[in-house]
Amino acid sequence: MTARNAAAIASALVLSGTLGCTSFYEIPIETPIQPKMDVSMFQRVLIAGFISGGTEDVDANLETVRLLRSQLRSRSSLRVIEAEALRLAELAREARTEPAPPPSPGGAADGQQIAPVPQLPQQAQPPSDQDPIKIRNEKDLERYSSIFADVAFWKKIGEEYQGPLIITGTVLFSPLATAGYVPVEREYFDPLGRRRVMQQRQYQERKGFTLQPKLIYIDGRTGATLYSETLREEVLYPAQTNTPALSSYFELMDKLIPSFLNTLSMQKIRGTRVLVK
Amino acid sequence: MKLRALFVASALLAIASGASTAELRAAAGPAREDSRSEAKEQVEFGIKVAQSGLWKEAAYRWEKAVKLDPTYGAAWNNLAIAYEQQGNFDKAREAYEKAVELEPKNLLFRQNYDLFKEINDRAKRRRDR
Repeated sequence: MTARNAAAIASALVLSGTLGCTSFYEIPIETPIQPKMDVSMFQRVLIAGFISGGTEDVDANLETVRLLRSQLRSRSSLRVIEAEALRLAELAREARTEPAPPPSPGGAADGQQIAPVPQLPQQAQPPSDQDPIKIRNEKDLERYSSIFADVAFWKKIGEEYQGPLIITGTVLFSPLATAGYVPVEREYFDPLGRRRVMQQRQYQERKGFTLQPKLIYIDGRTGATLYSETLREEVLYPAQTNTPALSSYFELMDKLIPSFLNTLSMQKIRGTRVLVK
Repeated sequence: MKLRALFVASALLAIASGASTAELRAAAGPAREDSRSEAKEQVEFGIKVAQSGLWKEAAYRWEKAVKLDPTYGAAWNNLAIAYEQQGNFDKAREAYEKAVELEPKNLLFRQNYDLFKEINDRAKRRRDR
């Protein structure tokens, strides 16, 4: 956007010559973008916790809870509830080991259960209590994600905090490695000693991370899912650079935060326009 | 009715003789000149208040200007910007389209409209995701 604006301003200046006596005034504007969700019925928000996976270098559950809370505190009108982040993967596993009640015919028995808890196929069952929880990819995440459809579970959590908006979901933060040709800029000096920059393509091995959060918004009064969205960003560095996983996590989250905030609150995009006389 | 026919005839004559916009406006008669100059006053005042951040007042002035002279492209362009600033995207799109339709060769109007579309489309993509 900034580069585009710069180009727009530059072209506006060039235009000044061609438009002759036309008077124009560049003016900064802030375009309001309406939120994706109507959260007017909630005063409070609980970032409950996430089922996280991928690299073990970063606790994506705790980091995501902390980051989203701090963003909402400063950039949303909702009051953020301070509570310990839930270990959802463990809770999902525990729920699986408990005997399940017999399924009621027709699904919703009490009229409030919007999405009945799906019965997982045998091969997708979470590992037993003895195994440590290891979530490496999306397929692993799926084993635990039935917890998001457990209306009774979320209703109970909601009751504990007087029915707030609950934000939960999954976060997959995985290492990524790739190799291929990438554009690079080469600097050189011409015979007259002037500095020149040349575009080239160079074969490079690169590594980085991919961040894929699925954010689920639940009504704490009913336990029903109101909205969900899956976001994805990745970052790659030359293989020889050693970037800590945590700083990559924040770099990627920085790109995703505007979209997250725009789900709950109005965001303003700064730009410039040209007023003409 | 007679007056209108006269105006159309004089405008056509002016076009046939390769007249400029200003000459065309002159051919349209003093009444049209008056409405353009009144509209221009509103546009200028609107710019001043917009520069002070009073976008509602600016929109009101430019709405007045386009009522006075619906063929005034700059007034439509400015009105579109005011609507955009207020988050009224449907009205902004209509006003931008009107400005571009009136002056298709005006690159400033086109540029403002392109920037508006970029933001609007991005917001739409986010909503649809």
